[in-house]
Amino acid sequence: MRTIQSEDITKAVAAAAIEANTVLPPDIYQALREALEKERLPRARYLLEVLLENADIAKREGLALCQDTGMAVVNIIIGQEVYIKGDLQEAVNEGIRLGYRQGHFRASVVKDPLTRVNTGDNTPCIIHMEIVPGDTMRITVFPKGAGSENMGRVAMLKPGAGEQGIIDFVVETVEIAGGNPCPPIVVGVGIGGNMELASYLAKKALMRPLGTPGPYPELRDKLLESINKTGIGPQGLGGDTTALGVNIESYPTHIASLPVAVNLGCHSTRRCTVEL
Amino acid sequence: MEFKVVTTPLTIEVVRSLKVGDFVALNGVVYTARDAAHRRMVQAIASGEPLPFEPVGQVIYYTGPCPGFKNYPLGSCGPTTSGRMDGYTVELLKRGIKGMIGKGERAAEVRAAMQEYQAVYLATIGGAGAYLSRKVLRAEIVAYPDLGPEAVMRLEVADFPCIVATDVYGGNLYREYNKGAI
Repeated sequence: MRTIQSEDITKAVAAAAIEANTVLPPDIYQALREALEKERLPRARYLLEVLLENADIAKREGLALCQDTGMAVVNIIIGQEVYIKGDLQEAVNEGIRLGYRQGHFRASVVKDPLTRVNTGDNTPCIIHMEIVPGDTMRITVFPKGAGSENMGRVAMLKPGAGEQGIIDFVVETVEIAGGNPCPPIVVGVGIGGNMELASYLAKKALMRPLGTPGPYPELRDKLLESINKTGIGPQGLGGDTTALGVNIESYPTHIASLPVAVNLGCHSTRRCTVEL
Repeated sequence: MEFKVVTTPLTIEVVRSLKVGDFVALNGVVYTARDAAHRRMVQAIASGEPLPFEPVGQVIYYTGPCPGFKNYPLGSCGPTTSGRMDGYTVELLKRGIKGMIGKGERAAEVRAAMQEYQAVYLATIGGAGAYLSRKVLRAEIVAYPDLGPEAVMRLEVADFPCIVATDVYGGNLYREYNKGAI
């Protein structure tokens, strides 16, 4: 049994929120460099150069990478031996409130989806929790902007659609999105489960670094190749790299279902993971 | 890349000199506005009330920035998706707005109105908020402060990079690459 104080959760979330918004993950920075090396179109090269310089400036000056500092998704993987002293939800939201104020980030959340009055402090965030064996607590702060989030899709395919059905759905999602999610994108795919789990898996897929192991590596490679063949390119203005990577997560599913969800991340796909 | 140096307010001659795909380094005053501010401005026009700024020749930048701090007049301030403002744009073009900065393709009726009223649409680099904030010399709220980041701000910019995305000759930079509906 391990006790974690809610004040420590707040501090960790605040620090992670600031880092996530100002420091581009190193795997994404590296992928942008490699995209620049390969890129043949001069305009696309210019755009990639600006994105790399943007990352340098943000890190050096403590400026947000993008003005859409997003609605924060906070993913908590918590060991069942952990005892939390205090209110977990409130501690996480206070961490977001604090981090966004200290970082001078934007308040991008409205209290009610229909009346749409800004809450002023970028809360509430969206919290996902998974309970696992053990006594660790891993928190990932994942600021998600609307440009990319609005381009995601879910489909309940027929099982007979198979791998090709999945490829067609993912590629079509990317084509419809065009330049809106700020390519070059990171593509998160959730396969299996049910409607809400597939969506969660697609978001969770975006939270691990590019190229880390996951299910269906050959499908992942086929998807990346097909997506880059679209020629959508940086900012949707043409080029060799449309996606920096594809990550897949999967789960068992019903005998009559093939749920597929696609969540697109932008060329920053910001994240910061802390372990308490 | 070769950048055409352009200063606001925009004259018709300047607008006509810009062709789709041109790189532009923009200097001078631009006004920020997104969905909520556009709704209010169009309502103001409908009720005969003045706009937050004299529109003739001016440029609107679609952005909801992070606040300024330390010695930064403005925080991160990249473009938001222009398509959301399409429904409000024609009214503003009629009042003399000559340029808009954002990202993403504009609807057909907006592009047609830009030809009719002689205005240009510029795309800047989405997600390069930190980089673009360095091009802002001054920033102040001029209207709708209750909208927070969606308030109308007056910005003074220098060397602000854009690409001509829609010109007055029917050119549309996104036509070739945007294969689906927005």
